[in-house]
Parts: sequence; structure tokens; C-alpha cells
Amino acid sequence: MENLVQEAIQNVNLQAIMPSLVLCVFGMAILMVSVFSKRGSTTHIAWLSIAALVVTGFVTLIGWNNPQAGFAGSVLLDNFATFFSMICIIAAGLTILMSDDYLRREGYPVSEYYPLILFTTAGAMWMASGTDLMTIFLGLEVLSVSLYVLAGFFRNQTRSNEAGLKYFFLGAFSTGFLLYGVALLYGVTGTTKVDGIAAYLMANPEAAMNTMFIAGGSLLLVGFLFKVAAAPFHMWTPDVYQGAPTPITAFMSAGPKAAAFAALMRVTIIGLDGLQSELTSLFWILAVLTMTIGNFIALTQKDLKRMLAYSSISHAGYVMVGLVAWNEIGLSAILFYMLVYTFMNMGAFAVLVLIGKKGEDNLTLDGVAGLGYKKPILGIVLSIFLFSLMGLPPTAGFTAKFYIFAGAIEAGYIWLAVLGVLNSAVSLYYYLRVMVQMYFKDPEEDFAWVSINGPVTISIVVSAVGVLYLGIFPHTLMSLAKLAGF
Amino acid sequence: MITVNHYLLLSAILFAIGTFGVLTRKNAIVIFMCIEVMLNSVNLTFIALSRHVGNMDGQIFVFFVMTVAAAEAAVGLALMIAFFRNKESIDTDDFNMLKW
Amino acid sequence: MEVILFYLTAIVAIMSAIFVTQCRNPVNSALNLITVFLCLAVYYVMLESPFMAAIQIMVYAGAIVVLIVFVIMLLNLGLAVKERYTHGMAGSGVLAAIVLFVANYFIRYGEATGTGGSVTSEVVASYGHTELIGRAMFVDFLLPFEIASILLLVAIVGAVIISKREV
Repeated sequence: MENLVQEAIQNVNLQAIMPSLVLCVFGMAILMVSVFSKRGSTTHIAWLSIAALVVTGFVTLIGWNNPQAGFAGSVLLDNFATFFSMICIIAAGLTILMSDDYLRREGYPVSEYYPLILFTTAGAMWMASGTDLMTIFLGLEVLSVSLYVLAGFFRNQTRSNEAGLKYFFLGAFSTGFLLYGVALLYGVTGTTKVDGIAAYLMANPEAAMNTMFIAGGSLLLVGFLFKVAAAPFHMWTPDVYQGAPTPITAFMSAGPKAAAFAALMRVTIIGLDGLQSELTSLFWILAVLTMTIGNFIALTQKDLKRMLAYSSISHAGYVMVGLVAWNEIGLSAILFYMLVYTFMNMGAFAVLVLIGKKGEDNLTLDGVAGLGYKKPILGIVLSIFLFSLMGLPPTAGFTAKFYIFAGAIEAGYIWLAVLGVLNSAVSLYYYLRVMVQMYFKDPEEDFAWVSINGPVTISIVVSAVGVLYLGIFPHTLMSLAKLAGF
Repeated sequence: MITVNHYLLLSAILFAIGTFGVLTRKNAIVIFMCIEVMLNSVNLTFIALSRHVGNMDGQIFVFFVMTVAAAEAAVGLALMIAFFRNKESIDTDDFNMLKW
Repeated sequence: MEVILFYLTAIVAIMSAIFVTQCRNPVNSALNLITVFLCLAVYYVMLESPFMAAIQIMVYAGAIVVLIVFVIMLLNLGLAVKERYTHGMAGSGVLAAIVLFVANYFIRYGEATGTGGSVTSEVVASYGHTELIGRAMFVDFLLPFEIASILLLVAIVGAVIISKREV
């Protein structure tokens, strides 16, 4: 009995889970604070959550270049996990900054909103640092369950209810596939650890021909592709993104998606390394499909949130190009891209939060007519974000795409890079349409309700600075991303 | 003699029945129950394989699948109640606010 | 004996799973769901995992189905309208059939090769299943166990927020 306790304690390595631990403790403390706060006052909860994220950010950065494994191989906090954790922390911080005024405007000043975002971020960290499919799965579920709640947070709005329910059903359904895949892989390899699977594949290359292994691997991939919203498993994205509260939509498209990519990368690149040629040809098809479907359906959209949802599908396609490349530059470009995407997409959503009226029925193409004249600064900032989403210099969207396609070309996938560039050209149309509305249409509204004095402005400024800085000086971050790759 | 493959085939059948139910039914609660059937077939796979493989990892996984199922049940049913209050229905045909 | 028990339980499980998907009244579906859970608990006992069988009945039949039945009562759902035939349904049927055949094919010709672990029937008999579960959970899988607690916290908070009436 005694040595069992000893053995259990030896496995504990708190340093390996420090960021998520700090975040969870803060989350629970803030939950307690919110119980004793006056109902309807959430501003101090929001700032407390920001403080929690800042502390967590520092704790995370301390772990840079100091990989920590622990808990009998359940978790490994390496540079890769640290990088993705930072992306999620930044995404959560920007979300919280744009949420406070928004929640009050929509009439839901509920303070539990903020702890839920913190727990989502912790779930994303476990996904990024998990080296056991069990840890990854539970992190994924913490993340998903809090996002079901956050997507359906406006409980008296049918649209939000519907988004939450749809997300819940498709999430639970895809979890079934993911688990079935894990079960079959476990049967073949006898372990759920990612490096255990890799070691088994290394020792028994013939396992790759075992039909049970193929079935398990494919089901696992289906589960992950659902979560990153890659075609043909993207159907839930537009509905959920359109119906969810706008800051949550922004968050879902950045933080959780980055975490899902982190888990997908760890499982495929470390766990299924022996199947590189099969996987890259699969990802090749999926990347082209995802880019094309996302961009072409986005062309027809009138609702801005829905358009950005399809645009986020196409961006998932670009990220998968980096996965096809499977080389150092391609993989570190994925890390770079996810951070840049966090800035540019969350910036665009923050502008939408600012110009929306209660109920947000005005967030359509016609709703932004004349914004460029009435609110010139907002017009310029939104244009910067749209240019970045298009991938035009000097914004970070350009450098990010450049690195991704450079990785593909280096690995010999010239055609894939060409298709990616063509897709970016297609995407110019629907982003430019928004700018045409902003600058070449007569204003229907005077945008008098837009006040740029709230904390939303901070998140817009941070995003804009991030987009421009990373566009002009990408090298520092890219060298960090190279250190963080596998 | 019952081998591990018998169990795997049975759970594949249950998984397919659950999938069929999720895809064809319109009532949200019934869809949720079909998802539970799918998760349970996965649990059967895990336990059968765990005995076959000879370690406990699979059974621990089942433990967490149950936890997750309970958590999802709580949140999912709450979402259904909220939807029902606004729409007086939990029919998936009434999930029609969001369309392209 | 074991073979007969296996096939009898399999028939009951498959039939009640089909009833779960086909019953017009959600309460009947819920009752059939309990039958599926009980059949699986029988299999867990046959697979020398009595602890999982007990948990299966307590958590699934005892907690989750009760929750579902409560919600059915709360929402006072009537019979489902007789569903009209649509092409979507036919497509889903075909899809599910494909899933079934592909899964069967893959499993029949695949092989669960990861054998050779230390937990054999003798080990289970000498230590007891519960102790083995406890060892694995608290020595090897402590972190997932802790994450599960956060998951449940999130679920409780979320369910309360979503179903509260006033803000």
C-alpha cells in the first residue's frame, strides 16, 4: 500500500501542468467571487479574468525551452504545447475584452461567462500538451462542453439556443467516432499513448496493413476533422458561428481550433509518423476540398458572421497545406499561421461586436454601408484585418500564407501551393465586397451608437498591432515557431 | 467459444444502429439516446479489447467516457429545455433559424 | 453455456437498440435504452470486469436515463408524428449500412494484435477487479482523473446557467 502511494506521488509533476493548473485555480476562485458579487455587475469579473490570463501567460512563458513530462506519460509541456497555450491565452484575453460591453448590450450580464472561458482555455491547453489520447480526449471534452454552454449562452434567444444545440449534437456525434477510433487503435497497439502507438508502428510496420488499424486511424481522423471544421465535416460551422454570441464565435474560430490542430498534429506527426505518405495524400485532398468549399460558399453569403464562418473553413484548409508539407518550415508555419489568424480574425470580429446593435440583425453586407465615412478609423482598422485575411502585404496574413506555401513548395507540392494561391484570389472577392460596401455605398445609418471608449478598443488595437507587426517583422516569431515545431 | 471478435462485431452492429438513429430521427431527445447507444458500443469495444490486450487502460477510458456522457447529458438536456421554452418543440425540423 | 448466454444477450441488445431508434414514444425509447445498458453490463461481467458492470448500471441506467426521463416528463412530449419518408432518411439508412459493413469487414479481417499485457484472468482473480482499476486510475491516469473533475464542474455550472429562468 505504502509503495503504491509512493509510486503515485512519483508520477506527479506539477510543473508539467502548471499553466492549466493556475488557470483552473483562478477560474474556480473567480467563480466564487462571482457568487458573492452583486447580480448584473460583471466588469470586475472580466478584469479579474484578464489578470488571471496575464498571470497564466507568464507562467506559461517560464516553461519555454524547459520541456516537462509527467503523470506517467500523460502530458508533455514542450515548446509546441507552450506556443499553442499562448495562442489560446491570447484568444481568450481578446474575447474577454470584447465581451463585457457586449453582454450588457444584449442583456445577459452573467458573470459565469468568464470562468467558462478560462476553463475552455485550460481544456485547450490539455489538448495541446496531452501525449495520451485519454488526456487529449478529456481536454477536448472540457473545451467542447464549455463551448456548448457558451454558444447557447443567450438562453432566451432562439438563434443562440439553436447554435448551442446544433453544436452539441454534432460535437457528441463526432466524439462517438473519435472514441471508436481510439478504441480500435488501442486494440491494435495495446496502448493509448501517442508515442506508444508510434513505437508499436516502428516495431511492427506490418500493422499499417492491419484493417483494424486503418479503421481506427480513419475514425480518429474523422473525429478530429469534425473539430477543426475541415470539409467534408464542416456543415456545423456556419450555423454555430452565426448563432453563437459574437465574441464566442471569434473565440471558437481561434483558440479551440488552434488546440484541435495541435492535437491533430501531435497525433499524426508523432503517433502515426510511419504512415506519412498515406496521410499526406489524404490531407492533400482534404486541404484542397476545405479551401475550395469554404471560399466558394463564402462568395454567396450576405450575413457577415456567416461569411467569416466560411472564411474560417477556408483558412483551416490553408493550415492543412502546412500539414501536407510535413517538413520543418511547413509545421512551424502552422504555428505562425494560427497565431496570426487569431489576431486578424478576432480583430475583425471585435469590429463587428462594436458596430452591432442589440440583437445584431444589422451585421449584414448592407449594414456596413458607409462605415468608412462615418467612422473612418474603424473603417481603416477593419480594412487592415480584411487585407490580412485576404493575404495581402504588408499584413501578417501575407507572411503567414507565404510560409505555409513555401513549406508546400519545399516538400514538392507545387500544385497544392498553386491551388492555394488561386483560392486566395477567389477569397479577394468576398472580402473586397465588404470594403466596397464600406467605402462606395451611401451610408444608411449614422453609426451613432458606436462608442470606441470601451475595452473592445483594446482588443482591436492589440489585434491590429499584432497583424501589422507580424506582417513587417515576422522573423522573430518565425524563429520561435521553428523552435516549437517537432 | 466466444472470442474478442464476437464482441467487436456486436459493438459494430450497435454503433451502426446508433448512427442510423442519429441520422434519421427528428426528436432531439431520441437523437441524444441514440448517441448514448453509440458511446456504449464504444465502451463494449474498449472493455473487450482491454481483456484481450491484457492491461487496464481501456477500462479506465470507459470510466472517463461515462463521465463525459454524464457531463454531456447535463449540458445537452439543459440546452434542450432552453430551446423548448422558446419554441415549444424539440423537433430538429424546428432548428430552422440558421440557414444559408 | 457462455455461447448461449452471449447470443441471447446479443439478440436482446440489438433488438432493444433498434427499438430505441424506432419507438414513437420517447419514454419507450428510454426504457429500451435501459435494456441495452443492462445487456452490456452482462457482457462486462462475462469479460471479468464486474466493477465496470456495476458502474454501468449505476451511472447509465441510474443517472443518465433518469435525467432523460425527467426531461421527457418536464417537456411533456407527446408521441412523435409519424415521420414522413424522405430521401434524407434513405440516404442515412444507406450510410449507416455502409458504416456497419465497413466496420464488420475491417474488424473481421483485422486483428487486435496489441496482446501480451500483464493483466490476465489469474491476476484479475487474485487482486480483484476493483483494486486493479484503482491502481491504474490513481497511479497511471491521475491527470485525466483530475481533468474529469473540472469537466464535471463545467457541466454543472453550464447546466445551471442555461436552464435558469431569469438572468
